[in-house]
Amino acid sequence: MTADENSGSLLKPGRLRTETAVELIELNKWYGDFHVLRDINLKVRGGERIVICGPSGSGKSTMIRCINRLEEHQGGQIFVDGVEVTADLKKIDEIRREVGMVFQHFNLFPHLTVLENCTLAPIWVRKMPKSEAEEVALHYLTRVKIPEQANKYPGQLSGGQQQRVAIARALCMNPKIMLFDEPTSALDPEMVKEVLETMVALAHDGMTMLVVTHEMGFARQVANRIVFMDEGQIVEANVPEEFFAHPQHERTKLFLSQILR
Amino acid sequence: MSMAEGDLAVAEMAFVRRATIAPRRPPAAMTGPIAWLRANLLSTPFNIALTVLIMLLLAWAIPEILRFLVIDAVWSGNDRDACLWTVQHREIGACWPFVWERLPYFIYGSYPIPQRWRVDVFFLMLAVGVVWLLWLKAPRRDLGAIYFFIVLPVVSYILLTGWSAIGLEPVDTVLWGGVLVTIVVASVGIVFSLPLGIILALGRRSRMPVVRTLSVIFIEFVRGVPLITVLFMAGVMLPLFVPEQYSPDKLVRALVGIAIFASAYMAEVVRAGLQAIPRGQYEGAMAVGLGYAQMMRLVVLPQALTVTIPNIVNTYIGLFKDTTLVFIVGIFDLLRTIEVARIDPKWATPVTSTTGYAVAAIFYVVFCYGMSRYARAMEMRLAKGGRR
Repeated sequence: MTADENSGSLLKPGRLRTETAVELIELNKWYGDFHVLRDINLKVRGGERIVICGPSGSGKSTMIRCINRLEEHQGGQIFVDGVEVTADLKKIDEIRREVGMVFQHFNLFPHLTVLENCTLAPIWVRKMPKSEAEEVALHYLTRVKIPEQANKYPGQLSGGQQQRVAIARALCMNPKIMLFDEPTSALDPEMVKEVLETMVALAHDGMTMLVVTHEMGFARQVANRIVFMDEGQIVEANVPEEFFAHPQHERTKLFLSQILR
Repeated sequence: MSMAEGDLAVAEMAFVRRATIAPRRPPAAMTGPIAWLRANLLSTPFNIALTVLIMLLLAWAIPEILRFLVIDAVWSGNDRDACLWTVQHREIGACWPFVWERLPYFIYGSYPIPQRWRVDVFFLMLAVGVVWLLWLKAPRRDLGAIYFFIVLPVVSYILLTGWSAIGLEPVDTVLWGGVLVTIVVASVGIVFSLPLGIILALGRRSRMPVVRTLSVIFIEFVRGVPLITVLFMAGVMLPLFVPEQYSPDKLVRALVGIAIFASAYMAEVVRAGLQAIPRGQYEGAMAVGLGYAQMMRLVVLPQALTVTIPNIVNTYIGLFKDTTLVFIVGIFDLLRTIEVARIDPKWATPVTSTTGYAVAAIFYVVFCYGMSRYARAMEMRLAKGGRR
């Protein structure tokens, strides 16, 4: 990293009002008859980095998508920086402004340039003047190391570059919390590293992060805690060293033996 | 490092490339006009047969058309005698003096002759508006939109119907006709159907059951009724139910009917576009904090309308031609004025009708083809930059 490491407050994540960034209490959710999340309890402190792993269909994506209300929950409570996630649209807007999200398939807006992707929400949601929004956007694009692509369209970039734009787009709203939903799963192996490096840098800045991923190297390097989920439940949660060295639950052991070859 | 290294090396077990192969030009058969002919017209036996067939068809049709419209056409004269068969003049083509004499009628209908400059001003203003809006590099397109959607309708209305207070003599819409009516009806339909269609399409995809049901009922009902019925209801039935003094002008009723009819079709076109937008786009927009209206306006609709441009233009072209149906309620559009003029005894000859219809055909083809080409250019422009 170069000069932009010290380039001031813009880089710093937004300040949380409370100590607890995210709190899930007895969270339950169903897709029709299917009980996808069962009695989830999780407390994420400000600045904490949580990695969530587990087999596919275990509910990990659904869980983080409940946090910014991309999915509705039917039981229990979710608090984001002290604000409860309910059907109240005002609250949802407030939460979405403060919570950034990065998706598996990037979900960039293909009809807008990279720069416009990044300035859209600051201009329309934060009511930031265009010139200022562009300045902020260029700043974050520099941060994810692709300022020279600012005037291209997402379709002209590689997968790794697109994902870095997606990270920059989320950061432009100056979020307090970042959610990552399998950010490297759709990438070619060559591109995974550049995205993970960006995420590591973000972690070093003290961003509160919830990351659904199978990148155990990343988990080992930056996570404060690893949460293992199976069949809609949290099976085990621990600090990385313990989690990898002494998994307690049979299901965790099996999972680790399958992904750590 | 010989040139042959690569060819020889493939036979070996281990191989390391030492020189990068520079790109070379393609074989001559892949470029130039002959290659184009081979690839596009003569690629397979079926394609060759098609090419030959179409060539024969064109060879038969084009000389016939040219003969009628130009070579054998009558270019001057004062009445039907000029366009009649005589011993000296055995082959008679199009009767252009007829068109020339009736042209003002085709354009203005029965609009009072001293007031026709008002129609000319309207055409000019409309042309300025259309160019301003459609020419993507035009300056101040935001002003252009205000001009087109607010200034133009108000000024045109005052200009065409008249306003005694500023010295514009009122002109009853009964007197309007020809190209004027066709353009007015088509523009109103085109301008109103898209926004109304978007609202209906969003309504149909709404989560609120009342909004959704109302949208579905409206769309399905209007779409399930022939345009002629809608016009007939608007033109003939409505006055029976509404007291005369409250009954709107006949042309206005037809305009409303056409706009409603076109918007129901447009709603389904827009809905198809909305359905082509992946869920991830909605989620991406929601996750950055955009509200419903912003998400639709800034993220979803621009993409949905882009993918559905061919369908939108298809609907517009259909609408443009459907305007001819307003004759059913006694409104004199272009086709109707030609119909009236062609049976005028002054010009009644065996070629008058054909000439009149040829004029109508040329008019409609020019406008519809223009719309089609513009849409194609838009698609090409939007496809540039490898967005997808």
